[in-house]
Amino acid sequence: MGLFTELKDSISRVTDRLFSEQEPKRIGIYGPPNAGKTTLANRIARDWTGDAIGTESHVPHETRRARRKENVEIERDGKTVTIDIVDTPGVTTKVDYEEFTDEMEEDDAIRRSREATEGVAEAMHWLREDVDGVIYVLDSAEDPITQVNTMLIGIIESRDLPVLIFANKIDLDESSIKRIEDAFPQHKTIPLSAKEGDNMDEVYDSIAEYFG
Amino acid sequence: MPEATNADDSDSPDSDGVQIDLISGERMDNMATMEKIRMILDGVHDGNIVILEEGLTPDEESRLIEVTMSEISPDEFNGIEIETYPKSETRDSSLLGRIMGNNESETKLTVIGPANQIETLHKDETLISALVSRD
Repeated sequence: MGLFTELKDSISRVTDRLFSEQEPKRIGIYGPPNAGKTTLANRIARDWTGDAIGTESHVPHETRRARRKENVEIERDGKTVTIDIVDTPGVTTKVDYEEFTDEMEEDDAIRRSREATEGVAEAMHWLREDVDGVIYVLDSAEDPITQVNTMLIGIIESRDLPVLIFANKIDLDESSIKRIEDAFPQHKTIPLSAKEGDNMDEVYDSIAEYFG
Repeated sequence: MPEATNADDSDSPDSDGVQIDLISGERMDNMATMEKIRMILDGVHDGNIVILEEGLTPDEESRLIEVTMSEISPDEFNGIEIETYPKSETRDSSLLGRIMGNNESETKLTVIGPANQIETLHKDETLISALVSRD
């Protein structure tokens, strides 16, 4: 093998290593409470690592701490994209412990509301400091034009973070993808059901395209 | 510099009314982020409805949410209701647009009140309709 060929192979190996050891991008999963963020995070984590990230529940604010799943390797078209998934608590501007008293004792409801407020603050901190891209999850059966959604999308845009909007829960009869597309026409909207696993191929194609 | 306190504290309303503070963009101009947030939340804690002529920047909104969360206390303060018009589809949000100063829609009328006293009845791109109640 000639000197030139050896040199070329050596440079190629170094550049390959440099790129492969690049820090995985941290992708924050954001959205209002009960949009299905943890169900989505678990779906992605289970599909590519075999493990779940957190507990899912119909009671709002089940996720009260941001949780990161590192080195999730997603394979698309022969390429591998490695990301860290950060599942964040649902963002809101108000928390009333009485929302939970139908489901639990008052002391537990008060504790849950305190943890929820800390979780929202933590989610905002991650958004300002520690994520490289955002998956914004919306319940497609609900009206997307809410103040929290408008504010959060504005905050994400102001930080120039790449964002994908996931219209979740398309398995529900009341689901409307168009309502979400119309509300945020400046961003790509991908329909899915994280619970049923519907349209996950397009989900992974989009993640690889936007965050790879 | 304007004081970082609520407008006209000395003229506190009696318990039969709801105080509404309309705060001009000029009054907010020279205030630091935390001064603005303190002014808003002090007003809201007093049960007032705060209306900002020019709203907050996205970063200030993010900090307002964070500080609001730290002040929520069971049976005392449940947080805030906040409303602004949604962004227009025609808004120029490109990087060039922002550099060229085409981001004026960031200055948006903003209504903030205690979550247990203000309820949004209707909202679209040109109208916010809210019901304000006493405690």
